[in-house]
Amino acid sequence: MSFAWASPYEPKTELGRWFDQRLPLPRLVYGAVGGGYPVPRNLNYLWNFGVLAGLFLVIQIITGIVLAMHYYASADGAFNSVEHIMRNVNGGWALRYAHANGASFFFIVTYIHIFRSLFYCSYKAPREIIWMLGLVIYLLMMATAFMGYVLPWGQMSYWGAQVITGFFSAIPLVGEPIRVWLLGGFVPDQAALTRFFSLHYLLPFVIFGVVVLHIWALHIPGSSNPTGVDVQTEKDTLPFHPFYTAKDGWFAGLVLALFAAVMFFAPNALGHPDNYIPANGLSTPAHIVPEWYFLPFYAILKAFTVDFIVPAKLWGVVAMFGSILLLFFLSWLDRSPVRSGHYRPVFKRFFWVLVADVFVLGWAGGATPTPTVVAISQIATAYYFAHFLIILPLISKFERPLPMPSSITASVLHGEKEESAPYGLAKSAPAVAQ
Amino acid sequence: MIRKIGPIIGLGFVLVLLISLFMDLKASFESPAAATAEEEFHRHPKALHLASNGPLGHFDRQQLQRGFQVYKEVCAACHGLNLVAFRDLAALGYEEPEIKAIANQWAIEVPSVNPDTGEAATRKAVPADRFPNPYANETAARAANNNAYPPDLSLITKARHNGPAYVHSLLTGYSKQPAELLRKFPEAKTGAGLYYNPYFANLNIAMPPPLVSDGQVTYADGTKSTVDQMATDVAAFLTWTAEPKLESRNRYGWTVLIFLIAATILGYLSYRNIWASAKRKVRVTGVLEAENIAKSEAAKDQQGVAG
Repeated sequence: MSFAWASPYEPKTELGRWFDQRLPLPRLVYGAVGGGYPVPRNLNYLWNFGVLAGLFLVIQIITGIVLAMHYYASADGAFNSVEHIMRNVNGGWALRYAHANGASFFFIVTYIHIFRSLFYCSYKAPREIIWMLGLVIYLLMMATAFMGYVLPWGQMSYWGAQVITGFFSAIPLVGEPIRVWLLGGFVPDQAALTRFFSLHYLLPFVIFGVVVLHIWALHIPGSSNPTGVDVQTEKDTLPFHPFYTAKDGWFAGLVLALFAAVMFFAPNALGHPDNYIPANGLSTPAHIVPEWYFLPFYAILKAFTVDFIVPAKLWGVVAMFGSILLLFFLSWLDRSPVRSGHYRPVFKRFFWVLVADVFVLGWAGGATPTPTVVAISQIATAYYFAHFLIILPLISKFERPLPMPSSITASVLHGEKEESAPYGLAKSAPAVAQ
Repeated sequence: MIRKIGPIIGLGFVLVLLISLFMDLKASFESPAAATAEEEFHRHPKALHLASNGPLGHFDRQQLQRGFQVYKEVCAACHGLNLVAFRDLAALGYEEPEIKAIANQWAIEVPSVNPDTGEAATRKAVPADRFPNPYANETAARAANNNAYPPDLSLITKARHNGPAYVHSLLTGYSKQPAELLRKFPEAKTGAGLYYNPYFANLNIAMPPPLVSDGQVTYADGTKSTVDQMATDVAAFLTWTAEPKLESRNRYGWTVLIFLIAATILGYLSYRNIWASAKRKVRVTGVLEAENIAKSEAAKDQQGVAG
């Protein structure tokens, strides 16, 4: 699809040929994730996380569909139906723990995938649309995860729904009516629970559709690579299958083993104990906190404490949505022609400051809001916006990048003669013992 | 365009945050938040070792039966267990006739309907019933308990941080209010109908000390029933009620983990094998050269060495 030397699909059997002429589905798969997709030969393990995100999406959809067969979206019965799954449904505890921890792992691998793109500047031309579709997937994931967390109808579910839908009431004039309309009531209740369940079932399939677009867009320029240098010749690439299927395969096994360890031995470590208390609209928990993967955004939301022109709450909500929306404009904010952070000495330093900053925000979002914690989250939030909107444009203006390799093939040589390395040459003229 | 607007928006957010920071710091210096009694005197639960802890954890059935006995004789008067059925007690090692007897003799009866008149009535529990709630509803429970609501205990060890240890510490943690606390926070004096307990979130709990003396419960298996022993046993029992599938979870966990590790190792080896041709080709030299291999074979033949 992407390069002239991509090998075309050749059916091996008569049946395959017959089928291919009528419905070229195997041809599509071959070109997408088979031998027909040439991939840069120098990808490191950070390039495995896109496939892993796809894997966890599939795990979530399969476990979710079976859980929905036993779950009962009723304000009176939802909590007990989840406990019915845990106690009486065969293997129900495994399904539910896989689904709950699967969401966490989905976010872990997605965050690594996003930060990989930020370091190797995968958002730059010609991959802007891939990046933006990725952000759309991320936003859909956040909506889906939030609604899923509401479904067990525990204390954190209920009060989380109360807080998140409260964002809409920050909109001037029309905010409160919008919030009531979205909830179907003045507080979260049966109407809200039913529609959250409906959307929680719908959105994963929307995500799946956008993932297809994301991969389609990826196959136009092909995968980026750690040098950021464009693919020039066939020597720079390897066919996806068997090379990257093998690499993705064993690494997926490793990540699944980590997932299994958490899911079976510490299934509630990433959750909040309060969600094992049934929802009660008359009793507010001491500290309402979202799931861990939303904590940095929660810190940004709470960092604004002054009614400056508009209310502090509106600042917080705008900043929280803005913190993701600004990522859509990264390709234009960072104008450096160099992609890989390896060749950008100043950018590299600030990248690691950003990573530390996001961890600090995550910590501050979950901590008890003492004056010190609030002050730290204000400084960290200020850095987050300054990083993307001020520092990044300045770096791309003044930074002097390091010299780059002439090609991907040259980058994987370590002082050897070229003939000793590339796969393309090695295949055509295998080294024979003399 | 974006490069012009971006920094302006960025500066705007930074400005508002700096104003927020400044105002907050000013406020907290002018009127520092007063320390509270909870912050200083609340204690984290004492460490509790149970057989069910950790990835190799399993239930000590003898202990669960003792814990059930404590629940039955002490806790059940006020606390429900509405997610657990009598039939579930089979997992504690009770036989079917025993479970039938436990259900039949349970102090609280199950709500039902009089088949002749259709009026509300109660009947004796059967193994298929869940443990009946001690109160008809929350209002009745509050009316009987000085307006406090005894929570259902089915999930209590999962609904609190470090649940089993919390239950054990709470049950053994009743004490007199420290003089230092009263001196520092005179307004935090434990009110009427409340009891001081440093393991409870706000230090004052409405539940009277339920385990007051050694030997309060006479264990069927002869274990000495100290207060600490009873608290440990009931914490173990409530670990089971909250997570009855714990043992099979751990068992499946190891099976799945061992399978995945084996699959990962095989996957890694095949990955190395597939990539061998894509990584740098090594020119065959030294002992591996065909010429030298032939020489060593000839030498072996001459000396009659096999292999």
